[in-house]
Amino acid sequence: MKKLKHDPAALNSKLIRRPIQRCFWLFLLPTFVAFCIGFLYPFLQGIYLSFCKFKTIKKAEFVFLDNYVTALKDPGFVHAFWFTALFTITTVILINVLAFAVAYALTRGIKGSNLFRTVFFMPNLIGGIVLGYIWSMIFEGVFSHFGTSLLLKSSLGFWGLVILVCWQQIGYMMIVYVAGINAVPDDIVEAAKIDGATGWQTLKSIIIPNVMPSITICTFLTLTNGFKLFDQNLALTEGRPFIQQAGNAIKTTEMMALNIFNSFYASGGSNRGIGQAKAVMFFILVAAISLIQLSVTRKREVQQ
Amino acid sequence: MNIKRVCAAAVLGSMIAAVPAMAEGKVYYLNFKPEADQAWQDLAAVYTEQTGVEVKVVTAAAGTYDDTLTAEMDKSDAPTMFQIGNQGAVNSWGDYAVILDDSDIVAEQVTDVYNQKNSDGETVSVGYCYESYGIIVNKALLKEAGYDVADINNFETLKAAADDIHARAEELGFDAFSSAGLDGSSSWRFSGHLANMPLYYQFRDGDVTEQPAEITDAYLDNFKAIWDLYITDSATTGSDLLAATGDQSEAEFMSGKAVFYQNGTWEYNNLIAGGMNAEDITMIPIYCGVEGEEEAGLCSGTENCWAVNNEASDEDIQATLDFMTWVVTSEEGTTMLAEQFGATPFKSAKTPENVFLAAAQELEAAGKYTVTWAFNWTPAVDDWRAAVVDAMGQYTAGTGEWDAVVSAFVDGWAVQYANDHA
Repeated sequence: MKKLKHDPAALNSKLIRRPIQRCFWLFLLPTFVAFCIGFLYPFLQGIYLSFCKFKTIKKAEFVFLDNYVTALKDPGFVHAFWFTALFTITTVILINVLAFAVAYALTRGIKGSNLFRTVFFMPNLIGGIVLGYIWSMIFEGVFSHFGTSLLLKSSLGFWGLVILVCWQQIGYMMIVYVAGINAVPDDIVEAAKIDGATGWQTLKSIIIPNVMPSITICTFLTLTNGFKLFDQNLALTEGRPFIQQAGNAIKTTEMMALNIFNSFYASGGSNRGIGQAKAVMFFILVAAISLIQLSVTRKREVQQ
Repeated sequence: MNIKRVCAAAVLGSMIAAVPAMAEGKVYYLNFKPEADQAWQDLAAVYTEQTGVEVKVVTAAAGTYDDTLTAEMDKSDAPTMFQIGNQGAVNSWGDYAVILDDSDIVAEQVTDVYNQKNSDGETVSVGYCYESYGIIVNKALLKEAGYDVADINNFETLKAAADDIHARAEELGFDAFSSAGLDGSSSWRFSGHLANMPLYYQFRDGDVTEQPAEITDAYLDNFKAIWDLYITDSATTGSDLLAATGDQSEAEFMSGKAVFYQNGTWEYNNLIAGGMNAEDITMIPIYCGVEGEEEAGLCSGTENCWAVNNEASDEDIQATLDFMTWVVTSEEGTTMLAEQFGATPFKSAKTPENVFLAAAQELEAAGKYTVTWAFNWTPAVDDWRAAVVDAMGQYTAGTGEWDAVVSAFVDGWAVQYANDHA
């Protein structure tokens, strides 16, 4: 067959591809510049500032590790770490188990499952601050009958936060699980049924191994969301109640992100470097935990 | 060709137009009173119309002034005029302020007691108004209950009247104190203003003239006495106070459900707008059982002190100083200050209509001592107050001891002072 004059394949010829390939950096440049301005530069400057004493970044004074030492000596920061860890473990388990259960139920062909999916997903569309205030009104309305308040008992604050976050995130994770369960090939499920597998066996040996990719992504999301939780914490408890410890007020329901925010914006924050140092440690921690989690759950994913 | 010429002319033209405006300098005021925002915007527009100098007024949202200031100061177009209203702010922002001792605005002042000074005694900010607070009284209701304002001149008489009104609340249809809410919109009245009572008296006894590194628990029993009165002789008590707001307290007072309401002169306009009669209300000092308090006046002071950014250009600094002087001397400026801020310490100041300020002046004229704002020295003020509020909340709800309040008060001060001076 004779070649056409304007053969589309000709565009793919080396004569045209080479110069384009050679100029690849030109095409990457705009995105790369944006990446540098929007992420790389602020990130590196943030790390640098964690070694500085500063109020405004115009007048930053290099103090090396002082900020890190002060941050680690802060009992509030240490408390916030353990509180956040406990909170994250609780919510990761609760959200994933409940979201999976709801997703499993809604893929059994119940009438109106689309309506349920929409309703369960909706809380996710409301912003965290608004949710926090709404739930604080709900909780206070209930607790005032018992002569107590969310702001009086750390345990109430903890479970209040857990309920709020579950309510907000279960719907989102449910959508991911619904997609995962729907993607399980029917023939495997059918084959299991013919072989006489019970519902529980099907769930354990067929469905769960096949939705491992969804579990990976949901665990990742809930884990990082748990660690990074901020606005709900600020709106619901603000860290209260406090424990007075020789003049240091330990904020018993303060999570790490709020602790960092508070030390950064503390009115006596003549040195914001401490908050910055905490933020850098926080970043390393969240990144490390997420990477470990990803590698662990990825190993359990099966090829269909 | 033609297009190019037109473009060039347009660019040149815009540059020429821009030059004189830049040379004149401009004013950027970061206001921290949201309620006065509109008045400032209007006044700025009048000034721009009269002089052609650009005045930009930005108002920080309630409670976010310091954060906003920090963010704005880092910009190239930073505020030229801002507030340094207390000791903490002098520590943080004193380095950013033009020294104002020889300025025109200081020459216009009748007193310098409201100005903020740095450790070298130089004026870093100028107090442009002062305010007073105390216990606002609904005289009409008090009379209905069988008491007169003149009868109340110390803690015993206040407590006697309040206890009696509270006991007869059902029959009278109103209670003694409006709710002492500890929500963020209300708690500053107690962690800031009420807490000033023990601070003022212990600083007076100790002749303290600069921010102390440590305080004692002197007069904290008096603080407890008046706080107990607020949370006992009221319709709202116990844990319900934790989430009670400032609006709620104001509404209770405005609708005649309470006789006493602790707040300041700035509440006057709200109360009148809410339908109260000026002749029915007045303000009395906060009595907490200190010896000789029959001679006390209202708590007067200010956090409203203008500072000028020394990192601004010389033209902008001059424009800002001119604007400030104009505000305190011109007809429009003094009228606005009198309406919005009440009493101002300037030669050309207008007399405010505010009956609370009138009460303050009356008490001063009668030779009573002014309780100054000792809380201006509070280190890391937001953190210190948050801890005090939390401890007060736990005490009020019955889940905590008063000792925790004392600890937050006394130990908290030392810790925050150390943090501030680290």
